[in-house]
Amino acid sequence: MTTRNRLLVLSTAATMALLAACGGGEQRQVIQNKGSDTLVNVAQAWAEAYQDVHPTVVVAVSGGGSGTGIAALINGTVDIANASRAIKDKELKLAQDNGQSPIQHVVGYDALAVYIHPDNPMDSFSLEQLAEIYADGGSYLSWTDLGVEVPGCQDQEIVVVSRQNNSGTYAYFREAVLGDADFKLGTRDMHGSKDVVDLVENTPCAVGYSGLAYATEHVKLACIAAETGGECTNPSVATALDGSYPIARPLFMYTNGEPTGYIGEYMNWIMSNEGQCIILNKGYAPVTEVDCG
Amino acid sequence: MENNTSAKVSAGIDPGFDQLNRDWYIDKAVQVLVFIGGISAIVFIIGIFVFISKEGYGFLVGEFNFKEFFFSPNWRPTSESKETFGILALIAGTASVTGLAMLVAIPFSLGTAIFIAEFSSGKTREFLKITVELLAAIPSVVWGFIGLAIMNPIIIQTFNVPVGLNVLNAGIILGLMAAPIMTSIAEDALKAVPDRYREAAEAMGATRWQVIYKVVLPAAKNGLLGAVLLGVGRGFGETMAVLMATGHSINIPTSVFDSVRALTATIAAELGETAAGSPHYQALFTIGIFLFVITFIINLVADLVVRGVRKG
Repeated sequence: MTTRNRLLVLSTAATMALLAACGGGEQRQVIQNKGSDTLVNVAQAWAEAYQDVHPTVVVAVSGGGSGTGIAALINGTVDIANASRAIKDKELKLAQDNGQSPIQHVVGYDALAVYIHPDNPMDSFSLEQLAEIYADGGSYLSWTDLGVEVPGCQDQEIVVVSRQNNSGTYAYFREAVLGDADFKLGTRDMHGSKDVVDLVENTPCAVGYSGLAYATEHVKLACIAAETGGECTNPSVATALDGSYPIARPLFMYTNGEPTGYIGEYMNWIMSNEGQCIILNKGYAPVTEVDCG
Repeated sequence: MENNTSAKVSAGIDPGFDQLNRDWYIDKAVQVLVFIGGISAIVFIIGIFVFISKEGYGFLVGEFNFKEFFFSPNWRPTSESKETFGILALIAGTASVTGLAMLVAIPFSLGTAIFIAEFSSGKTREFLKITVELLAAIPSVVWGFIGLAIMNPIIIQTFNVPVGLNVLNAGIILGLMAAPIMTSIAEDALKAVPDRYREAAEAMGATRWQVIYKVVLPAAKNGLLGAVLLGVGRGFGETMAVLMATGHSINIPTSVFDSVRALTATIAAELGETAAGSPHYQALFTIGIFLFVITFIINLVADLVVRGVRKG
């Protein structure tokens, strides 16, 4: 038997195996899932875990931002779009013009934590105080304006840490805390949730906001009060879940119409105890009380 | 045999011409390939310019307001109330970082170039040249990381300032990044000075320092200026390291300890998640056109200056 013959046998075997695999995968279904970078890690974890539940359903996950995901849903190129903000009226209208009818599913909550350096004596902020720190024209420029003195902070200047201007987190903070006013110029605009926490960790003068999932031992999480002088609430999965934490945002998935068939099954599984435990493990709040053992 | 046949074919057509055999075709094909290679740079640069102009065109004829764009520090492309596209603070950021980088890089690279070209020889010289070239091979994201993780705490502690991500940090990083290319070009310029100049000066009784200071440097000044200009071009165009080391804050700096934001870094940070075709997207491309024009002018001037020395 020559090498050539052996190769022929091998390739025939390979072809047959491939055909068998394709034949066996006739009922194999692919769900295209795209969108928010906040949700991408969770979506990936869901997709992996779902392989064990339904080996014949493959979920292809990609990020790119909430806007990207919603645009793909409008164009009909994805089955599920992930978003860390609600769909805009403009986008909804565009979708309807394209014959799509996006249906919103809340799949979890994210508490937006306000991070400060551990040496900072501040423990709590009211939303009004945050707005004075962050909003254009806000009067708080120095920690002494807030009545504290931060050790190790030169001139007591508040180093305001924010996000790049097309991040979903940035948009939510602007809406929920600044009432859609502009941010101050001169904020340090970090390019990722983790970068915000990193900078605050190393900078006594800094204050920053980022998802609760990015908390580390080297930063302090501020207690947030909805009104000045009011009771403040610590950010946690529990307070995001019961709605008492004032800056928790819902995380969405959008499908085209009510999901049916294998997409419907996948959405139901995400909302099940098992699916919700995965989002809890990733540091976000589940939609319902869950028992993760 | 083959030659014979083709010799017959070509005989009488043009005796001065190469024979129409296989080699002739290969020769022609290689000529064409080399020609395409030669003009490809021009084709690409025109292609890139056409592309960024096309993407930025909508903004230039629409929202673009010359006075706001160049003289307002308000860069608020996603504002809910009123979108503004002012890049003054970004220009100030890029200019301040590049300026400081040159203050760091010029003494550093000129000193290295003078030492390599005038004082060292043999193994020392080769070793230094290779080291300088290695410095140029460090990826810019690694430089940025050094700025973020190492320089940041050092600057905070040394100068007792609130944040270490600022003009000083980015300027030093960028200076070190620009130094290798400046060193190489400056060294070439020094070596281009004919040895008879040095010999003549030494014959007049000049010391080594006097030879360099009074004779070699003035003779090489165009090449050295070209080296500095190329360094400036490098500084203007650098993205990743300045994105990481400047603090990315829209701010017109009043001291080297202020955080700033560079033009390039703004494009890098925002373009990825901007809806294609929106005014914000087009405004970012308009910044791209602006950067392209600036670096083009700098490189052109540098080239003309260097060329000037060769003629003289």
